[in-house]
Amino acid sequence: MTDEKIRVLIAKPGLDGHDRGAKVIARALRDAGMEVIYTGLRQTPEMIAEAALQEDVRVVGLSILSGAHMALIPRILEELRAAGLDDVLVLVGGIIPDDDIPTLLAQGVSAVFGPGTNTDDIVRFIRTALAAPSA
Amino acid sequence: MTPARAPADLIAPVLGGDRRALARLITRVENRAPDALEALARLHPHTGQAALIGVTGAPGTGKSTLVNALALAMRQRGQTVGIVAVDPTSPFSGGAVLGDRVRMTDLAGDGGVFIRSMASRGSLGGLAAATGDVVRVLDAAGFAVVLIETVGAGQSEVDIARMAHTTVVVDAPGLGDDVQAIKAGILEIADILVVNKADRPGAQNTVRALRAMLELGHRLRNAGHHGAGLLPAPLETPAADTWTVPVIETVATEHTGIADVLAALDQHRAHLHSTGEIAERERQRVEAELLARLREALLARLLAAHDPATLAETVRRVVARELDPASAVRALVAAACGDGPPSA
Repeated sequence: MTDEKIRVLIAKPGLDGHDRGAKVIARALRDAGMEVIYTGLRQTPEMIAEAALQEDVRVVGLSILSGAHMALIPRILEELRAAGLDDVLVLVGGIIPDDDIPTLLAQGVSAVFGPGTNTDDIVRFIRTALAAPSA
Repeated sequence: MTPARAPADLIAPVLGGDRRALARLITRVENRAPDALEALARLHPHTGQAALIGVTGAPGTGKSTLVNALALAMRQRGQTVGIVAVDPTSPFSGGAVLGDRVRMTDLAGDGGVFIRSMASRGSLGGLAAATGDVVRVLDAAGFAVVLIETVGAGQSEVDIARMAHTTVVVDAPGLGDDVQAIKAGILEIADILVVNKADRPGAQNTVRALRAMLELGHRLRNAGHHGAGLLPAPLETPAADTWTVPVIETVATEHTGIADVLAALDQHRAHLHSTGEIAERERQRVEAELLARLREALLARLLAAHDPATLAETVRRVVARELDPASAVRALVAAACGDGPPSA
């Protein structure tokens, strides 16, 4: 009689103070039956990895609007790896130029979702990726 | 994915302080995985050391902020702190947004703190069904204090009082008139009352209303002790072994009044030990838990004993007014247990 839920951490790294998008995603994932841990603004890479570890999430969603993604995301991936969380799905949303996406994917990000993404697509992506035998 | 380790394999690392293993075991326990039961059984002898402190109160009173401030103060005096923060599950989607960590960023980067958010997953008493087991895992992992923050609770979510040694009820000015304070409910389970946001207008009114309510409760209890009420209830004669619920003002965002709450927590713990009440609370706690588990196990067995069609047919008959609910239940139980009415 197990009662498994997909647990997702939604975090805003860096200094931008606008979290409407992150909250919309949190709400959409909730409505899809997931348990979403929302950590709030101005999270350091260390804080994100620590929260992901304590909450034992399978997905980390990062929202970055400030343009600092190329600096922040590699550090977050590194912290996650250092915490032994290399099997966690990392999704990035916010303002990410198309040119940067291949680099982020090569670094270990699972997907990048830009503004205007249908939240159903994000839900579907998470479900499919986690259902795969070896994500 | 790395292969998931069985719960039993997580026990030694959890006892050794491995935080990843702790997080994983909590997930298994929270999901009520059958193999987690064995792990819990093996952890049980390692439990019973932690001070279990419940923090409850209406939504928006500042429970998470208070927990953050208390945990920080406890860390400053060297205690390790586990935190379980429960938020409600959506009854429609089964999902949840767990936002208590937003108020707990002061605790980031501290290896002496472990914060775990939990969704209530359909439970109605202010906690999740598995909260007790998660608390037990943190206790076994060696945290000196486990702080349990309930769902924003109103009037009847009192499960926390059975789980915690000390229950802190948080109130704030402007949440309702003093009729709210005299209603039965979570105020009655308070060992410590905190009026948070005490810098806001109306805080003194809230403090006064709570004090008046406590005085009334005290007199009623005394009257009860004196039988049929032939004797007038003695006014305010707290015996040495009676706990007087303090009302403490805090501004948790500024860490004001936190030392007073900490002192009251220490006094309450000392009181529980000096009066021997800790043993009685532990007994009540275990009894309540056993009854809850028994209820769950018996219900599962009973439902398994009946064909779903039988159940549907019974529901239909009750709806059609051919049968009343109490008689329907009596018949279902009797059929499942293979007996008639219990022999006298």
